Amino acid sequence: MLKYTEDHEWLRAEGDEIVVGITKHASEQLGDVVFIELPEEGREVSAGDEIVVIESVKAASDITAPVAGTITAVNEALSDSPGDVNGDPMTAWFFRIKPTDAGALDGFMDEAAYKALVD
Amino acid sequence: MAETSRRTGLYDLHVEQGARMVPFAGWDMPVQYPMGVMAEHLHTRQRAGLFDVSHMGQVLVTPDDGDLATAAAALETLIPADVAGLAQGRQRYGLFTNDAGGILDDLMFANRGDHYLLVVNASCVDQDIAHLQTLAGVTVTPVTDRGLVALQGPQAATALARLVPGVDQMRFMDSTSLDWDGVALWISRSGYTGEDGFEISVPETRLADFARALLAQPEVAPIGLGARDSLRLEAGMPLYGHDMDGGVTPAQAALGWSIPKVRRSGGARAGGFPGADVVLAELGSSKVTRRGLRPEGRAPIREGVALFADDGAPIGTVSSGGFGPSVGGPIAMARIPANIPDGATIQAELRGKRVPLTVCALPFVTPSYKR
Repeated sequence: MLKYTEDHEWLRAEGDEIVVGITKHASEQLGDVVFIELPEEGREVSAGDEIVVIESVKAASDITAPVAGTITAVNEALSDSPGDVNGDPMTAWFFRIKPTDAGALDGFMDEAAYKALVD
Repeated sequence: MAETSRRTGLYDLHVEQGARMVPFAGWDMPVQYPMGVMAEHLHTRQRAGLFDVSHMGQVLVTPDDGDLATAAAALETLIPADVAGLAQGRQRYGLFTNDAGGILDDLMFANRGDHYLLVVNASCVDQDIAHLQTLAGVTVTPVTDRGLVALQGPQAATALARLVPGVDQMRFMDSTSLDWDGVALWISRSGYTGEDGFEISVPETRLADFARALLAQPEVAPIGLGARDSLRLEAGMPLYGHDMDGGVTPAQAALGWSIPKVRRSGGARAGGFPGADVVLAELGSSKVTRRGLRPEGRAPIREGVALFADDGAPIGTVSSGGFGPSVGGPIAMARIPANIPDGATIQAELRGKRVPLTVCALPFVTPSYKR
């Protein structure tokens, strides 16, 4: 089941990891994405750390770590084709994180709550 | 600054077309349409883009004695260009300078037979009009009843000629009046994209009708300020307030080409404009000048980013920068030491890291004007 952050990230639990991307709303607000800088695999992060840089034709913005944990994988394909984020943001994942706290996803919005936020 | 933004005569049309509106130089302007900045940019380079530039200032300068030479002489006291030598029906690019030799604004001026038509930047209109009103022997009339649109791209002439027969006979920098549906359009073959195209002044009462007629042409799509900026950046064109301002001389802005021999030292009408001593002395000997930069990798290097020589010495900051959709990578401009050769590598500090950039000549794309 998908969860959402107030920073317009989607979070999908897979095993003991969380896959993180950005929502369609966020990708539309950003405009055409031209550059993405991903964190290093194995990096330990705290919740709120700015770990991804997204540059669109308009401006630079950051994506923060939604929870504390360890980055276990990053989507290297995005470095070569950052425009995928505009194409299908729900499949263009950024990184996988293994949270320090197993119940880390509990506090986040479900789809209905997120829809209410952006509509 | 709770002032309400002004709306151009095309505001409702922009909203209807799904534009995202933003405040710009005191106006509510479309930054992009649903097509998006990248596609709008490429559409303009491949077909034809329609831009609302009604926020720009249109000003008439008319000689009180009926002799256009009087107006030319007056304008030459403010603008280091050959105004007197401009033939009827032609347009030129020029600069207003200040006493320190800096650039007050850049402009287009056209000889329209019995007067000059000036087009100036939106953010400088009030200043420029006050500046022009110091001139003796001319009447300065801000044009308040006309909007301005630009149609730019390789198919602009084809699209516009269907509505206004004869425009395809114009050459680059021609300026004339042509009739459309009973109203006089003031048309020049010029623009701010590096593409062939036209800038068209339209009576306010028919502005939206004319824009709709253009949008009905299969080649034409509406284009916002976002793509306007990336198009002019690729074309190596400076933006006032970013790549030049009152503290930057024409030579430093790489705009010395707009000052012809006749206004330079030794010319028949040398000097005689604000800051002439500084401006003329610097031509050809400026220590810094505006150059092109190609960052390595894909990360855009934007305005304000600090630049360093290979030995670490600070050498300037980026004055305009972003992603060039037609170039397919990041591009930027900055005023850096003139003795750094094209092809040299310098460094930018981006998010705490050094990124190499290659210094290059401008423009980044070859213009396709119909000369």
